[in-house]
Amino acid sequence: MNIARRIAVTWLVFGVAALLVCVAAPLVGSTSIDFWRVFDSSVPFADNTDAQIFFVARLPRVLAGALVGSTLAASGVVLQALLRNPLATPFTLGVSAGAALGAMLALTLDVPSGIAGFSAVPIASFAGSLGAVGIVYGLARARRRGLSTNVLLLAGVTLNSFFSALILFVQFLSDFTQTFRTVRWLMGDLDVSSYAPLLAAAPPIALSFAAFAVLPRRMNLLSVSDESAASRGVDVHRTQRLAFLSASLATGAAVSLGGPIGFIGIVVPHLIRLMVGADHRLVLPASAFGGAAFLVACDTISRTALAPLEVPVGVVTAIIGGPFFLWLLIRNR
Amino acid sequence: MSEPGLGAEDAFFSFPGNPLVVNGVSARVPRGGLAGILGPNGSGKTTLLRLLGGLLRPSSGRIVLDGVDLQAIPRAQIARRIAVVPQETQLAFEYTVLEMATMGRYPHLGAFEVEGPDDLEIARDALRATGTDHLALRPFNTLSGGEKQRVVIAAALAQKPDILLLDEPTASLDLAYQLEVRSILQTLNREQNLTIVVSTHDLNFAAGLCRDLVLLHQGRVLAAGTTEAMLEPALIRKLYKVDVDIAANPRTGHITVVPLSRVSEPSHHP
Repeated sequence: MNIARRIAVTWLVFGVAALLVCVAAPLVGSTSIDFWRVFDSSVPFADNTDAQIFFVARLPRVLAGALVGSTLAASGVVLQALLRNPLATPFTLGVSAGAALGAMLALTLDVPSGIAGFSAVPIASFAGSLGAVGIVYGLARARRRGLSTNVLLLAGVTLNSFFSALILFVQFLSDFTQTFRTVRWLMGDLDVSSYAPLLAAAPPIALSFAAFAVLPRRMNLLSVSDESAASRGVDVHRTQRLAFLSASLATGAAVSLGGPIGFIGIVVPHLIRLMVGADHRLVLPASAFGGAAFLVACDTISRTALAPLEVPVGVVTAIIGGPFFLWLLIRNR
Repeated sequence: MSEPGLGAEDAFFSFPGNPLVVNGVSARVPRGGLAGILGPNGSGKTTLLRLLGGLLRPSSGRIVLDGVDLQAIPRAQIARRIAVVPQETQLAFEYTVLEMATMGRYPHLGAFEVEGPDDLEIARDALRATGTDHLALRPFNTLSGGEKQRVVIAAALAQKPDILLLDEPTASLDLAYQLEVRSILQTLNREQNLTIVVSTHDLNFAAGLCRDLVLLHQGRVLAAGTTEAMLEPALIRKLYKVDVDIAANPRTGHITVVPLSRVSEPSHHP
């Protein structure tokens, strides 16, 4: 089939699917609301409780899920292409460990309030992720002109362990409540009750997605080999830098918003590749939309499965994602 | 000076912290030529080929394409002139054969341009030229070594280059595939006037394919000239430390090289 048409169909199908999930999810919850009443314009907003629950109480959380899920899945795709390894995740290169360290320090030191109205934990976690990215990037560039993907991988894995050890050490010294809050943060949580945190996380994510837009064709060539990409006119070093920095920035922002929610960055791209093939011009947009739909769906389960108790969404994605992924593995062999 | 063709002019190259891999090489292949870089393992063949393809920059000296220094030509423009076929291709993702061939169109498209029907037709033609059109929808990773090599050559042809550089094109192929790759390359050279340079350590493959040879020994040119002049016992003895018998095969007309024995090196065994 014509490639342009396949790209258009992919955007349309996965875009509509993500939109449907995002509209349906806020209808589900402890108080049941009616779709038609939510969008009934004859009732003023102040008197329309269904619309208030939809737009004020539930939609911010759903949009946070869409933003985080979309970012983690798309960043997973980009890093898998960069490292030429389908098992890479957005957290492989140390971003989430840096973010966790930052968040934990803010939680443990009990930083009272944030800067300019933003709360301290997301800021600290975003700063931590940028610190980790900086260290890994510096190490990978230190020995040669380009970006050594081997050093990238080893430095990322090592940094993950090192930061985890630091986190454990500080927790060992902390009291119960602080430790509990840190553990709770590590489980991932989309408990967003206003639009402000979304607006804070959106700019770095938007910037990264703009970079993602120019990457897909180059990622196809890069995932064959550096040499064949270079022999076809791709600036390999610049593409690697752009891929690494944009995926890391986006992941850092997503983690500062929702915590390190696992499995999306690997399960969604895999599932998408089974549906659309390997061409990154299809895989990347489909994963971005698919990641949004997947996380919003998981978060809806986390809100409702044991209501009024909320299961941390990271636990839900892992419980659903893990066995599903194993099933994919055996099914493929 | 500005004769059409691709050449190295006193080119040097070393990887950081290592001895020189290419040590002052001058050699050129004219437009429409079919040349081989012949030498033992570690003689610098692959590095010289990558220098010629613009994938590495010489630390001194230059690579010259039709009289112009390769460094003065933008990356994408080089890619429209020179295609490189690496020794081995392993994919991390399941691209189809047609997708692999279509990737060759990259240097001809704008940043957000999508391959159109013309590009797909060029990719299909390239697959036909290498006898792999029937595999178009198969995942690349499920092909045999010989089929993979032909598809990678097709992807390079889809670039529509004037010059094709191949690194050890038969290194991992059995005899039947070696002959097939040879005949594909000969046809491309004859019918499309494609300039071809292969690096190889295989004397008989070089003898059956190339018109000219550059003998590379420890990063230096040992000798260069026509295949008949180069495949000569004394030169091969110097190049490979092996005594050989050379005869023209009465049925193919090609020179055939029969290795006899390894030359003992008394200096290493006092």
